[in-house]
Amino acid sequence: MLPGRDLLVRTLRTPESISAFSMGDWDILVRQARAAGLLARLYHRFREHGFAAAIPDAVRWHLEAAETLANKQAVAVRWELRQIRAALGGLGAPLVALKGAAYVAADLSPAVGRLFNDIDILVPRASLPKVESALMLAGWHAAGLTDYDKRYYRRWMHEIPPLQHIERGTVIDVHHAILPDTARYHPDSAKLLDRAVAVAGMPGVYVLAPEDRILHSATHLFHDGELPHGLRDLTDLDLLLRDAAADANFWPRLAARAEELELGRPLFYALRYVRRFLDTPVPDAALAAAAASAPGHATLALMDAVFSRVLAPDHPSCADRLTRGARLAAYVRAHWLRMPPHLLLPHLFHKAFLSPAQRPPKPA
Amino acid sequence: MKLLQLPPAELRRQLAGAGVWLRTGPFSLRVRSRIPAVAEGLTELYGQFEVRNAHEAFADFHVAVEPPASLRRWVRPQVEFSFDGMKPFRPLPRDQAFPMLEWGLNWCVSTQAHQFLIIHAAVVEKNGRAAILPAPPGSGKSTLTAGLVLSGWRLLSDELALIDRKTGLIQPLPRPVSLKNRSIDVIRAFAPDVYINRASHDTVKGTVAHMRPPRDSVRRQHEAARPGWVIFPEWKSGAPPTLTPRSRAQTFMFLAQNAFNYSHLGEDGFRVGTALIDQVDCFDFHYGELPGAIAVFDALADAGRPA
Repeated sequence: MLPGRDLLVRTLRTPESISAFSMGDWDILVRQARAAGLLARLYHRFREHGFAAAIPDAVRWHLEAAETLANKQAVAVRWELRQIRAALGGLGAPLVALKGAAYVAADLSPAVGRLFNDIDILVPRASLPKVESALMLAGWHAAGLTDYDKRYYRRWMHEIPPLQHIERGTVIDVHHAILPDTARYHPDSAKLLDRAVAVAGMPGVYVLAPEDRILHSATHLFHDGELPHGLRDLTDLDLLLRDAAADANFWPRLAARAEELELGRPLFYALRYVRRFLDTPVPDAALAAAAASAPGHATLALMDAVFSRVLAPDHPSCADRLTRGARLAAYVRAHWLRMPPHLLLPHLFHKAFLSPAQRPPKPA
Repeated sequence: MKLLQLPPAELRRQLAGAGVWLRTGPFSLRVRSRIPAVAEGLTELYGQFEVRNAHEAFADFHVAVEPPASLRRWVRPQVEFSFDGMKPFRPLPRDQAFPMLEWGLNWCVSTQAHQFLIIHAAVVEKNGRAAILPAPPGSGKSTLTAGLVLSGWRLLSDELALIDRKTGLIQPLPRPVSLKNRSIDVIRAFAPDVYINRASHDTVKGTVAHMRPPRDSVRRQHEAARPGWVIFPEWKSGAPPTLTPRSRAQTFMFLAQNAFNYSHLGEDGFRVGTALIDQVDCFDFHYGELPGAIAVFDALADAGRPA
């Protein structure tokens, strides 16, 4: 086994350990953090804890450059959200920013040092056709997918194919629900929209309520087959939970809301793995309550084996001989949860043999 | 230790294993490759650069040029570039392995090193002042750069002008100078003793070869330079060498558009760019042959700052 397989995770937990780092440790740390999209967040953590002086000069620019990029992306995301709002201005439908865009819009803790690939938004299903044509008029169009993929999105998914802006190249994922119709669980989107919170200073833009943000982030993380940024998303959850936990009634409210939205299982996984990976202060009682939605012992042991690997940065220094299998298992599991077998098997067959993935590389 | 002091077998062993660690300008690299042309290119062109034991040191960019894992290796062999596992380009024919390493390194710097404002331009220096030469391909920028650095000017970079955001000075990155098509023969004729490596044909840029960076430029690769001029060269057959002043405002706009990361830097990009433009003189430059062009540049450097 390579030394330092869990170096990034350990460093996020105990940033003070960097004072004893060799240059070889720094080499691995920067590479793991870049692969995980966490360089800027790591830098913020060092400074927040007053350890910035322990960063060697040769290393510092990597962290500063990532911070420069993250700051630029935060400005760009706010600006894009205003453009989207303007494009949808006349429709009278609420525009809910999800995940990273929501953290930046509402200035939540995970906004700091967050790197983006796209902007996720949620709109009511009934408004979807109008929303899509309004966005197309403003320059966003579906790009770079095969016809099979487009049909797949339209027919089965909870989002339409990603829309890319013709000039700026920015990508929006427009969702009408947080899980596909064919999924095992059916959180009611109307319930999410009912409790959405207006963003100060951005008229017409909303974010999900605090519990709902956490449940959505958990659902996305534990139902998404491809987790190139699994650890980044787990640190988002860690930060959201730490902030929300300041309110004494938060944990029971979270559990009740999870039950109401049928999202007890993803919440259980989220609490289990944030505590295990990032030492998030989840009270024992909250974990015990969530365990009512836990899978059986054998499944849980398997999930532990899978998630301990796929939530690690996608970097060779983090991999062991089971990592490749674990990633495949997570991919198949996510699809299994999204689709019943009579739809899933033809789909996986198509992905494996008829349209081998030709995705452009995604820089962190 | 310099790369040329590594025995060839040892260099090949390191390249095929953990990688060879080497320093170019402000960046450290760890390069892996089992392709003979890469070992050859490094030996011929990077001989003066510092190498270290890859197991001990931190490296900024972990890069590899290797055959892709596909059956095509038996038919029309290809190579692909990777930056610590990321593969930003499509594979290229194996003949282009060394140029691919050079392009890949440019990509690493221009997408990562945001401590600099990075402008797509060559930079040469004389008497303490640097001339930034931004120009589209085909303008004769590389030919002029090669001619100047073979005539007493110091090479800072042939592709990437790195403006330090803190000091406003230009950071050298004196790597091999990329020569294309006819300019390969022009430089061979201009300086018969210069070392230019084996050309790769049919690349996206035509025929490409690389010229070894002057030893003195490599020795002084940590010595930053003050910006003196922004000069837009354009080669025209038979044209007498002519400098024409151009507007600073227009030049600024051009540099901003031709910077790799101007918009990434936000407000600071504007600050660094305007501070740069305030201290340089801006010219268009037409030339038809190298000796006359070099004489004009030398006169500029000797005159100090023109009014």
